[in-house]
Amino acid sequence: MYEFNYHRPTSLAEASKLLAGAADGKFVAGGQTLLPTLKQRLAAPSDLIDLGGIAELQGIKVDGGSVSIGAGTRHGVVAKSAEVAKAIPALAKLAGGIGDAQVRNMGTIGGSLANNDPAADYPAAVLGLNATIHTNKRTIAADDYFKGMFETALEDGEIIVKVTFPIPKRAGYVKFPNPASRYVMVGAMVAETASGIRVAINGAAPCVFRHKEMEAALAKSFSADALKGIKTDPKTMNNDIHASAEYRAHLVGVIAKRAVLAAG
Amino acid sequence: MTELGSIGKSVRRKEDYRFITGQGHYTDDINRPGQAHAYFLRSPHAFARIKSIDISAASAKPGVVAIYTGKDMAADKVGGLICGWTVKGKDGQPHKAPRHDAIAVECVRHVGDQVAVVIAETYAQAKDAAEAIEVDYEVLKPAIDLRDALKPGAPQVHADAPGNLCYDWDFGDKAATDAAFAKAAHVTRVELLNNRLSPNPMEPRSAVAEYDRGTDMTTVYVTSQNPHVLRLILCAFVFGLPEHKVRVVAPDVGGGFGSKIFNYPEETVAFWAARKLRRPVKWTSDRSEAFLTDAHGRDHYTIAHLAMDKDGKFLGLKVDTLANMGAYLSTFASAVPTYLYALLLAGQYTTPAIYAEVKAVFTNTAPVDAYRGAGRPEATYVVERIVEAAARELKLDPAELRRRNFIAADAFPYQTPVACVYDSGQYALTLSEAQKMIDYAGFPARKAASAKQGKLRGIGISCYIEACGIAPSAVVGSLGAGVGLWESAKIRFNPTGSVCVYTGSHSHGQGHETTFAQLVSDKLGVPIDQVEVVHGDTAQIPMGMGTYGSRSLAVGGSAISKAADKLIEKGKKIAAHLMEASPADVSYGNGVFSVAGTDKSVPMAAVAFTAYVPHNYPADLEPGFEETAFYDPANFTFPSGCHIAEVEIDPDTGITKIANWVAVDDFGNVINPMIVEGQVHGGIAQGVGQALLEGVVYDTESGQLLTGSFLDYTMPRADDLPSYNVAMTHTPCPHNPLGVKGCGEAGAIAAPAALMNAITDALGTEAIQMPATPLKVWQTIQSHKPALAAE
Ligand SMILES: Cc1cc2nc3c(=O)[nH]c(=O)nc-3n(C[C@H](O)[C@H](O)[C@H](O)COP(=O)(O)OP(=O)(O)OC[C@H]3O[C@@H](n4cnc5c(N)ncnc54)[C@H](O)[C@@H]3O)c2cc1C
Repeated sequence: MYEFNYHRPTSLAEASKLLAGAADGKFVAGGQTLLPTLKQRLAAPSDLIDLGGIAELQGIKVDGGSVSIGAGTRHGVVAKSAEVAKAIPALAKLAGGIGDAQVRNMGTIGGSLANNDPAADYPAAVLGLNATIHTNKRTIAADDYFKGMFETALEDGEIIVKVTFPIPKRAGYVKFPNPASRYVMVGAMVAETASGIRVAINGAAPCVFRHKEMEAALAKSFSADALKGIKTDPKTMNNDIHASAEYRAHLVGVIAKRAVLAAG
Repeated sequence: MTELGSIGKSVRRKEDYRFITGQGHYTDDINRPGQAHAYFLRSPHAFARIKSIDISAASAKPGVVAIYTGKDMAADKVGGLICGWTVKGKDGQPHKAPRHDAIAVECVRHVGDQVAVVIAETYAQAKDAAEAIEVDYEVLKPAIDLRDALKPGAPQVHADAPGNLCYDWDFGDKAATDAAFAKAAHVTRVELLNNRLSPNPMEPRSAVAEYDRGTDMTTVYVTSQNPHVLRLILCAFVFGLPEHKVRVVAPDVGGGFGSKIFNYPEETVAFWAARKLRRPVKWTSDRSEAFLTDAHGRDHYTIAHLAMDKDGKFLGLKVDTLANMGAYLSTFASAVPTYLYALLLAGQYTTPAIYAEVKAVFTNTAPVDAYRGAGRPEATYVVERIVEAAARELKLDPAELRRRNFIAADAFPYQTPVACVYDSGQYALTLSEAQKMIDYAGFPARKAASAKQGKLRGIGISCYIEACGIAPSAVVGSLGAGVGLWESAKIRFNPTGSVCVYTGSHSHGQGHETTFAQLVSDKLGVPIDQVEVVHGDTAQIPMGMGTYGSRSLAVGGSAISKAADKLIEKGKKIAAHLMEASPADVSYGNGVFSVAGTDKSVPMAAVAFTAYVPHNYPADLEPGFEETAFYDPANFTFPSGCHIAEVEIDPDTGITKIANWVAVDDFGNVINPMIVEGQVHGGIAQGVGQALLEGVVYDTESGQLLTGSFLDYTMPRADDLPSYNVAMTHTPCPHNPLGVKGCGEAGAIAAPAALMNAITDALGTEAIQMPATPLKVWQTIQSHKPALAAE
């Protein structure tokens, strides 16, 4: 790790100011993605601005129609939240399946979404449940947020404040973990929402995506059988030593079916 | 065995208090006054010529003490690292052991090869400065794939190893084997890859070297499994120093699995630099360096043929193996695919003719050497996979085919056609015990039940043979070993009755401090908490040969037993004097000397005290109560056993679930069953890792390590592993004083074949190689379409 200056602001405004004033500043939340990168000397920010001291980023709120999660909320807190488990069980389950206990006790939803790792879990929840991302500047709809591998709609210096998940009629999340890293190799969030059926596939392709053909099939009949015969094009899939593109394309079908069953 | 107090009891491990409470002392915990830190600049290329190295900018960086390249070491005439076992090929010529410099001089030969060392006041400063070193490489096309490396026109890793061939070796009777195949009714062929593994001990390698100008003594604290042998290599081969001026200390070591047997470049450089700079130098590997530079294990490609008569009686076995040595010949690399492999190819069977050919091959990858089992897992994998495949071809129950060919329990000592004389075993017994435990007869019903759920179920047997305590020295010497394979022990009574045991074995997870204390406590009647086991320090212990090959109890324990016998003999003389009896009338048992037919007795502690305070003492006897013994075994000892794995495969995902695992092992007599079971569990975990999860992958074009971290190298986790059902039979070793065999590697030897036999049974094809990842299982299902219908 290279040396850097460390700051711990207590407000969003102060955080923005610190970033603007730094030569090459970077926000840090749980550090579970950023710190390994620094340790491997793959990045050399001049300043780290720790978002952990900003009260506004913390906490979970459930009201009539939605679950709102502060960007600084740790995965473990979401996983153990009785309110989340009651409102959107699939979301609590997803959070509880991220990494290991140590990672869940540090990593945050905001950090995960800002990073948009193709193998991360949360992007499937945000896209599949049609969540809204609130930043210090604006709100971004899930469909407009994920732009590509490690790419999002966030502008430089934009801070995710919270994420609002409309409570679906039902939803199921199933993850096929990479055998080594246990990140997502293929995952599916299948949900019946107010705005229709949504199927978000993560892990499989360079970026989380909605499987429109599956959504259409499930809109006709919300059952695992409805997905029979639906193919996913291997050309759109990732290919690595753990899973070929063909295997991933096949797993998309298997995992989506299981997610439908999990949604009940 | 009535006198044996704690032997056979699961005494809690004495060493665990310090380990569990974080109070172990590992090499990286050692800091010496004035210490500087070393960081190695490593090659980013698999194969390249070093055109120039510019250290000027780096040398000016803060905190830099010195920067050295291979040329600096060469200028000091530092020797290359050696291979301690010379294998002679078919042509009678010794293997090719090209020069292995601790820091590369002209060429780098694998990603991670040392290019320069930076020594600085802090580790971070050393690392910072290393980035400023400018190296101009001429990048060369590397030889990565084992089979491709042998092809004409392949890149040449070393100019003095033409064709990348280290040796072309054979063993066994070719003519007899050919004759056996000529009369065979059936021949089974298998093609097997034994995947390359990364050892991944929890503690990374580390060394702290220091030089004392006043005494001219160099001390190196290092993560080693055999400190004396390391001292011997450093002194006699690398530096040309007298051994009395070098001390090697291997303190608490957090796992080795073989990878810490060897002499590595980094500790060698730290040793040299500390002397040169007259400052202590410390180096500790990080995990990424460990993946790149710890000696890997396995990496064989084998084609084997088994000849049988019409009843399935084995007539002959032919094995043709390519073994990857990596870029340099590591300390014992040459012996692993030869003497530790081909000599075990008889397995548990009476196969009368065996012939093996092994080509060892250089590639631009990390060196490959011994890893838990070293050669023996590879042998068991060949034998047990081909036997299973043969049974399927003959439509015989695999257990039955094995029974037809087992060496009978009354046939020992048994001379195999590949040099070994097996000491003892009850192979049919371990198999039938294991079959009972797993309800082998009930398998078809379980398979049908799985099929109803859309799952593929399979069962696989592995009847392994293991050779521990490789010996005697004269024999291994005749096979090319550069060392003897005996062990030493010294037992020292303190005047007030407690005991220190100095053993040449080294414990790095095996629990010697407990097992050896039980042994001594039992023999000498001293409470276990009064016994201290000392190991790992060449300044404290007699010359020893270290720990590997499951030799510590069979060889090291036997040495301790011999030393204890000497003390008992001396004690009898002292006790006789105290009791005014003749030594011939004194008997010993349970820590007490007594005179037969009288009520006279003297406890061991009183004898020890008298030896140190010899006021009333035999005139012709030396004072003191301490004895040393060296033990050179008459033979290897051959543990054996049977593991059976049952798996259930989800054809939709390719995920293999281990449904049941039974292990019946025979390690002869057992001193601490808990420790032995622990060793079996750990061994199975590594065997399951090899069969299902682990595998080092290099990009075959660039030679980059694709599995360079735990993000991509699949280490087994607790939830990857089943609950094992472990049992033992006890067939004592007839030729060592304890009747013990060895248990450290058994699980890793048995497990891969059991699991792959189960998986291939479930899939209905032999055409899948380790590791059987979900991807590979799924691909195999796609190409072979196993029938799912219930039987
Ligand atoms: C061993 C291990 C296993 C893991 N397994 C999984 C897994 O199975 N599934 C999974 O999904 N993830 C996994 N992760 C990643 C983990 O979930 C991370 O916590 C997450 O990706 C990043 O969150 P963080 O809070 O740690 O962010 P940090 O590492 O602190 O930051 C990541 C990036 O986000 C930016 N950032 C952080 N907060 C904000 C914000 N509020 N607004 C704008 N930008 C922000 C930072 O500037 C940085 O660029 C694993 C990580 C580890 C170390």
